[in-house]
Amino acid sequence: MALDKPYKDIPGTTIFDAEQSRKGYHLNQFCMSLMKPENRARFKADERAYLDEWPMTEAQKEAVLARDLNRCIALGGNVYFLAKIGGTDGMTFQQIAGSMTGMTEEAYRAMMLAGGRPIEGNRTIGERK
Amino acid sequence: MARIGASVYTSHVPAMGVAMDLNKTGEPYWQPVFKGYEASRAWMKANPPDVVFLVYNDHANAFSLELIPTFAIGCAEAYKPADEGWGPRPVPVVKGHPELAAHIAQSVIQDDFDLTIVNRMDVDHGLTVPLSMLCGKVDAWPCPVIPFAVNVVQYPVPSGRRCYALGQAIRRAVASYDEPLNVHIWGTGGMSHQLQGPRAGLINREFDNAFLDRLIADPAGLAQMPHVYYVREAGSEGIELVMWLIARGAMNDALPRVVHRFYHVPASNTAVGHLVLENA
Repeated sequence: MALDKPYKDIPGTTIFDAEQSRKGYHLNQFCMSLMKPENRARFKADERAYLDEWPMTEAQKEAVLARDLNRCIALGGNVYFLAKIGGTDGMTFQQIAGSMTGMTEEAYRAMMLAGGRPIEGNRTIGERK
Repeated sequence: MARIGASVYTSHVPAMGVAMDLNKTGEPYWQPVFKGYEASRAWMKANPPDVVFLVYNDHANAFSLELIPTFAIGCAEAYKPADEGWGPRPVPVVKGHPELAAHIAQSVIQDDFDLTIVNRMDVDHGLTVPLSMLCGKVDAWPCPVIPFAVNVVQYPVPSGRRCYALGQAIRRAVASYDEPLNVHIWGTGGMSHQLQGPRAGLINREFDNAFLDRLIADPAGLAQMPHVYYVREAGSEGIELVMWLIARGAMNDALPRVVHRFYHVPASNTAVGHLVLENA
C-alpha cells in the first residue's frame, strides 16, 4: 500500500524524505566530505576525478559538475549537504538558495528585502491564477 | 529542586552569526534585526539562568547521512563550534552540564521518549547563533548549555504533538533534579523560510504571527498542526518551528508572562521571530 505523502502537491518543493535520502546517500556523503579543507582542494583541482571516487550515479555527477542544484535535489540531494558545494565555490547561503529560483542574484535579494516570496499562489500546484 | 524559569524562542539564521563575527551589526540591513534583541540581552543579564537547555537542529554538520538521531541530548563536558565548510565561528567553546543532562536523559527515556545520548559532538550555527543573539560577543558563554538536537532535516521529522509532549517530559525531569537550579529552555529555528527549489525565498508573515500568538496562548492546540501545514504555509525549512513546541511544553500550564516579542523580515532567506516568556 502506498504511503501518504501529502506534501507532493507543494509547488517548487522537494521534501527530503526517507525515499529521497536513500537515493541521495552517496551524493550527500560526497558533499559532506567537502567540510575538510584538503578535500575541497582536491575537488577543485579535478572535480571529475574527485567525483569518480564516489559510487554516485552518472546523472548525479553531471548535476554536481553543472551546479544544477534543482537536479541534485531531484536525484536525492538535500540542501544542507549541497550547501557544502556552494561553500567550496565561495557562495553565501542566499546565493545558493537564489540559484535554484531562476532569478538573478540581485532580483532574489530584492525580493527578500521586499518581504520575500508571497504565499499567495504558492501553496498548491495549479493554484497560480 | 531545579525549575524552569523561562523560555526563549529565536530563529538561528547563520547570516546573523556572520554579521556579528564580521562586525556588521550596525549596517542598515542588520541594524533592525539586532535592535530587536537588545531588550532580550538586557533581560538575560538581569535574569541569568544557571543552565540553558537549548533545543536546535544540526544542519548536516555533526550528523551525516550515516546516522541521524530524531532526538539527541548532549551529555558531554564541552562542545566545539563546528566547521560547516566556511571555517568554525570565532565563538567560545560551549560548556555542558553533564550531571543535569544525564538526569534528564534518564528521566525522559523512562517517560517513553527515545533519546540518543551524545558524548562527542560539534555544535553548528543552530546552537551558537541563538547564544550570540542573546549574549552578544563574549569571551565565555555566561552559563553551561545542554544541547538538544532534533532531526528536522530528514523526513519524517517528529510531529508538533510529540515535541510538545516531550517538552512536558523535560519539565518533569528538571523538577525532579535535587539541586536548586534555574533552567531556561530555548526553542530555536524558523520562522517561515524555504532554502530549496524554485519556491525558495518563501515568507509568510500571517502564518508566523499567528504561530507566535498561539504559541503564547494556545500551545496545546498549536501542537495539533500537521507537518504538511508547516511545509505548505511556512516553507520546507519552516518545519523547524516544531522545536519551539518542545520549549513551550516545558513551561507551566498557566499563561506565561510575555517579556519580549519581535518579528522582522528578512535576515538572508528567512523571517526572524523571537519571544521571551517567563513562567507565571
